[in-house]
Amino acid sequence: MEKLWEGSRAIAETIKMCRPKVISAYPITPQTHIVESLSQLAADGDLVAEFINVESEHSAASVVLGASATGARTYTATTSQGLLLMLEVLYNIAGMRLPVVMTCANRAVSAPLSIWNDQQDSFTARDSGWIQLYAEDSQEACDLHLMAYRIAEDKRIMLPVMVCLDGFFISHTFEPVEPFEEENVKQFLPDYQPLHYLTPKNPLTFGSFAEPDKYTEARYIIHRTLEESKMVIRETAEDFKKVFGRGGGDLVEDYFLEDADFAFVAMGSIIGSLKDLVDKLREKGEKVGILKIISFRPFPGKEITTALEGIEKIAVLEKAVSLGSGGILVKEVKESFYGRKKTPQINGFIVGLGGRDIPQDSLENIYREFHQGSGDASFVDLNYELLGGK
Amino acid sequence: MKEIRMHGRGGQGSFAAAEILAVAAFEDGKISQAFPSFGSERMGAPVQTFVRLSDRKIRSRNHIYEPDYVIIMDPTLIVDIDVLKGMKSGGLVLVNTEKKPEELKFKSELDFDRIRVIPATRIAREITGKAIPNAVMMGAFAGFTKEVSIAAIKRAVMERFPGKVGELNAEGAKKAYSMMKEGEK
Repeated sequence: MEKLWEGSRAIAETIKMCRPKVISAYPITPQTHIVESLSQLAADGDLVAEFINVESEHSAASVVLGASATGARTYTATTSQGLLLMLEVLYNIAGMRLPVVMTCANRAVSAPLSIWNDQQDSFTARDSGWIQLYAEDSQEACDLHLMAYRIAEDKRIMLPVMVCLDGFFISHTFEPVEPFEEENVKQFLPDYQPLHYLTPKNPLTFGSFAEPDKYTEARYIIHRTLEESKMVIRETAEDFKKVFGRGGGDLVEDYFLEDADFAFVAMGSIIGSLKDLVDKLREKGEKVGILKIISFRPFPGKEITTALEGIEKIAVLEKAVSLGSGGILVKEVKESFYGRKKTPQINGFIVGLGGRDIPQDSLENIYREFHQGSGDASFVDLNYELLGGK
Repeated sequence: MKEIRMHGRGGQGSFAAAEILAVAAFEDGKISQAFPSFGSERMGAPVQTFVRLSDRKIRSRNHIYEPDYVIIMDPTLIVDIDVLKGMKSGGLVLVNTEKKPEELKFKSELDFDRIRVIPATRIAREITGKAIPNAVMMGAFAGFTKEVSIAAIKRAVMERFPGKVGELNAEGAKKAYSMMKEGEK
């Protein structure tokens, strides 16, 4: 039976079902409620795990790195500045092929200081070797965490997974969620059986020194494995559907794309508002659809071009920006089409930075302006008064 | 779908109020969503919270710009903020105040018959000993709008605040509910 839970509570209850042996985290808004709940569950004995308090996110990531190397299933969560502080360790976790699962409750980065949502933080870790999955709502966030452990611990993969959910829009929103049944979870996600792990009986080195004759190969293998993880993500999503009877997409998910001449491409909680807009436009007979990207890493280039085949105009919406270059997601979407005979018109729109609300009217304006003219707004809803009228 | 926007100040429990309303409506069989538009969580700072009630899955997560109901936890906000902004025609307002509807100086015009007042802070202080009006306001909302049952509100209040605090707040909610019902006669 569905429960009306705060997103953070739903995530904590899901993590409990995943049975991590070691949890370490440092509280930071809007991630706090997740780790507060987990620390309570551990203190009450409802979750048999070592909850290790630390003095920073760098330490939290280091603790789960070490614990994972000993063969334990681990969990951490952070956001924003915390994720930036973890970054060095995140690269190491991926490089050592440790199947850590973490939550990023997406938030803007400083300066200016903002506790509100965008996706700049996790975008910053996109080259680290982590698989990154983005959730549309609480239910999907829960489901992706369960899948994340399966994917990370798959012997063909052995890479960490970051589940990204929009801070406040998911982490602090109360909405219905179907809780997991223990039996189903155990069937879907058995205990972690590590192949190689640290033990005094068999001393090993993780993350050792690699001279120039070996380093490229180590990086290549991670890249190739991420490519191969697409298949594992698809399999896992399919199996999830079989066991739990819900779920939609795997790497991507399409919404009314079949006969569309215009498509939105986006990730995360903005998809909900886009679906409402598309329903409204469809009622008026307008042929609009959505391609939701769930997996940002590995990047589903082929899946994107296949899903958007024949569509004339594509608006890529993203809550992050590469300062000095522009939209990040939009470039990767464009690159996916490079070299094809017929390419659609693809424009990028930067929305919702630092928690700025994205009213449905703004989304509809993007559609109208781009559909009828060029409309490469890049930064949406800029307040020109604040910019001195320019 | 019915959309509710609450205006309060940090410390009045506006987010707990939104949670109570969403949980109660969910228990009544509706689909509900509640979320805050946090400031920096300072006592006294204006805060907005949003609740959506529907018969089907709620997907939009943007702020509420055209509310069916506006709930004002602190009447001093109405002078500074256009709390009625975007309200749907036929929308209703519930205000925590000792004043009469015609004495309230909103920044937008509104027919008095679309406003209901309840001295929720006083009721909360009398019954619970604390000047936190959230549960009382939700009881009043149930009586005023019938979007949610008072039984579900009381259960949600007691679930949110276990023990004596919850019982007293549920009593406050019931009292506000009855006062709203009386007002109709």
